[in-house]
Amino acid sequence: MTAELAAGIAQWLRRLGATVTGAVSQLGFAARFLIAVLWHTPHAFRRIHLTLREIYFTGVLSLVIILMSGLFVGMVLSLQGYETLKRYGADEQLGILVALALVRELGPVISGLLFASRAGSAITAEIGLMKTTEQLAAMEMMAVDPLARVVAPRFWGGVISMPLLAALFSAAGIFGGYLVGVRLIGIDAGAFWGQMQAGVDVWPDVTNGIIKSVVFGAAVSLISVFEGYIAKPTAEGVASATTRTVVISSLAILALDFVMTAFMFRGANAA
Amino acid sequence: MNRAAIDLWVGIFVALGFGAILFLALKVGNLLTLDGTPGYRLEASFDNIGGLKLRAPVKAAGVVVGRVEGVQLDTKSYEAVVTLRIDREYQFSKDTIAAINTSGLLGEVYVALDAGGDTTMLKDGDQIAKTQSAIVIEKLISQFLFDKASSPDGGSFGGSEPAKAADKAAEGAKK
Amino acid sequence: MTIPRGKIVAIMGGSGCGKTTILRLIGGQLRPQSGQVRVGGQSVPDLPPSGLYELRRRFGMLFQFGALFTDMSVFENIAFPMREHTSLPEELIRDLVLMKLQAVGLRGAAQLMPVELSGGMARRVALARAIALDPLLVLYDEPFAGLDPISLGVVGQLIRHLNDALSITSIVVTHDVYESLKIVDYLYFVSEGRIVASGTPEEVHASSDPFVRQFVDGAPDGPVPFHYPAPAYREEILSRDC
Repeated sequence: MTAELAAGIAQWLRRLGATVTGAVSQLGFAARFLIAVLWHTPHAFRRIHLTLREIYFTGVLSLVIILMSGLFVGMVLSLQGYETLKRYGADEQLGILVALALVRELGPVISGLLFASRAGSAITAEIGLMKTTEQLAAMEMMAVDPLARVVAPRFWGGVISMPLLAALFSAAGIFGGYLVGVRLIGIDAGAFWGQMQAGVDVWPDVTNGIIKSVVFGAAVSLISVFEGYIAKPTAEGVASATTRTVVISSLAILALDFVMTAFMFRGANAA
Repeated sequence: MNRAAIDLWVGIFVALGFGAILFLALKVGNLLTLDGTPGYRLEASFDNIGGLKLRAPVKAAGVVVGRVEGVQLDTKSYEAVVTLRIDREYQFSKDTIAAINTSGLLGEVYVALDAGGDTTMLKDGDQIAKTQSAIVIEKLISQFLFDKASSPDGGSFGGSEPAKAADKAAEGAKK
Repeated sequence: MTIPRGKIVAIMGGSGCGKTTILRLIGGQLRPQSGQVRVGGQSVPDLPPSGLYELRRRFGMLFQFGALFTDMSVFENIAFPMREHTSLPEELIRDLVLMKLQAVGLRGAAQLMPVELSGGMARRVALARAIALDPLLVLYDEPFAGLDPISLGVVGQLIRHLNDALSITSIVVTHDVYESLKIVDYLYFVSEGRIVASGTPEEVHASSDPFVRQFVDGAPDGPVPFHYPAPAYREEILSRDC
């Protein structure tokens, strides 16, 4: 019995080791991939229409979902926030609550998650499909580097779109908060905007939010092009790559958000 | 999708995006109210700054005229030295009083400037001579209880006793 | 394996015997573990990236099922190599593209998208793209796979005519015996990674080599066995394990 148990444990350990080494080498490969993509950046900007096309597909076509989600999130924040603030007689602070929550956190994070599931998965599927139908190989054989022509523009399209989408999300959310807070609930408009202006600082709040969304954009874009590029050239391969993009991107966004928030905002409330 | 249409839509998108960023910076944040306008610095020492934080507003007659830029502890006098950054367009007399107030019960803490009648104005780097520390609620309460405990009838809550005790506590808080 | 200039050479074999690998070796996408790959006197695996780039510009490749870029129209697919590798003005590119399309008989389909094309049409567009820069060497990966009889005839004739008209060298990887024998100058038979036979179409027709015979006659069993390697039949049926 113990011999079997020992063999079973050894087998399990061996598989664990293989998984870990596999994951580490995958990470190394991803790093080299990132460097290769960055290397081809000049090409993506020389053939600017390629990148513009990607900004269209990832940014412009996401506008509707981003604006609507932002609006709803802002409205809900306002509703929920008001209930709680009213208890402490601080309902005039609603403006600050909605604005800070959106600009610092919810704007970059939620629009990042939406971006990953809409644009990220589309990019992965597109690149994976191009690989499956040998379009990438055809390009290579025509002496055109697919990394330069297909991957780099999509990467930079995502990086450029994300902060714009995050800002639009926050703006829509604040507008939604205004609609609910001032128009629906009846808080004084002057107090709403005035407190907001007093409490939201450009340097720590707005710019940090923008920095976050740029980082998220880079992470999601890298993950989606990478998964597409290494996808198995079958239907199942592309499907699982697409799912992996959404899952890994979402986790990466949340993890990076924690790290950046801890780094950026730990000093904001000192003194 | 032909190229001209794509360019147009991307242009609109980028314009909207930057517009949103500007909106956040100007309307929501306070970009224009502070960093643009030139200002000068004043210093004020307090016994206790209470809950005063960095970037708290400096108000005169309720109007925001500047921000708290720095807070230090003077190790010789053990007083709090607060650096105020005032907008250049506002001048204050040499006998201005700086007090730390709270807007409402739960509101934020700010520095209130009460201008005096002196004809000479404060310049960049000057010290505000007269200051009034923050009212710390705990001290107020303990003062009140202490007065109550040490009064002859030690226990009545009627009459002018509470008022007198409150006056004494307020006086004690004033420097 | 030697491929003389200006001729059409077919590489035939069953599935998975390494035919596509040969094309990838010639194109420099794979490196040989031993032996040499030389194109025009140059050793392909030893070329620096710039040399490989130059080499690839001089040949065209027709992929199985076409591998057309699905986000571009037919016109743009053929214009792609021209726009990437030359700085020709747009008017000239337009004329060249239309000329290539005329050669394959699809000039009227210039504005269609790849999804709107039938299999045969897509294959012909891919052929036009392969010869877009007037290459010296064209590689065909299973050009006859999955086509109807008419398209088969069309593609075969195009390969022959273009080869002669443009004086290019063609390597056709296929397992379609009938069509190949009609158009090629020489054939190589490959099985499990080795050349097992070769010859002109006449020699192949008259060949008594068992592998060639099995291939040409389409016999289910012969040197390439019918049964996938498995334990003895009787034992497996009668045994208890799964």
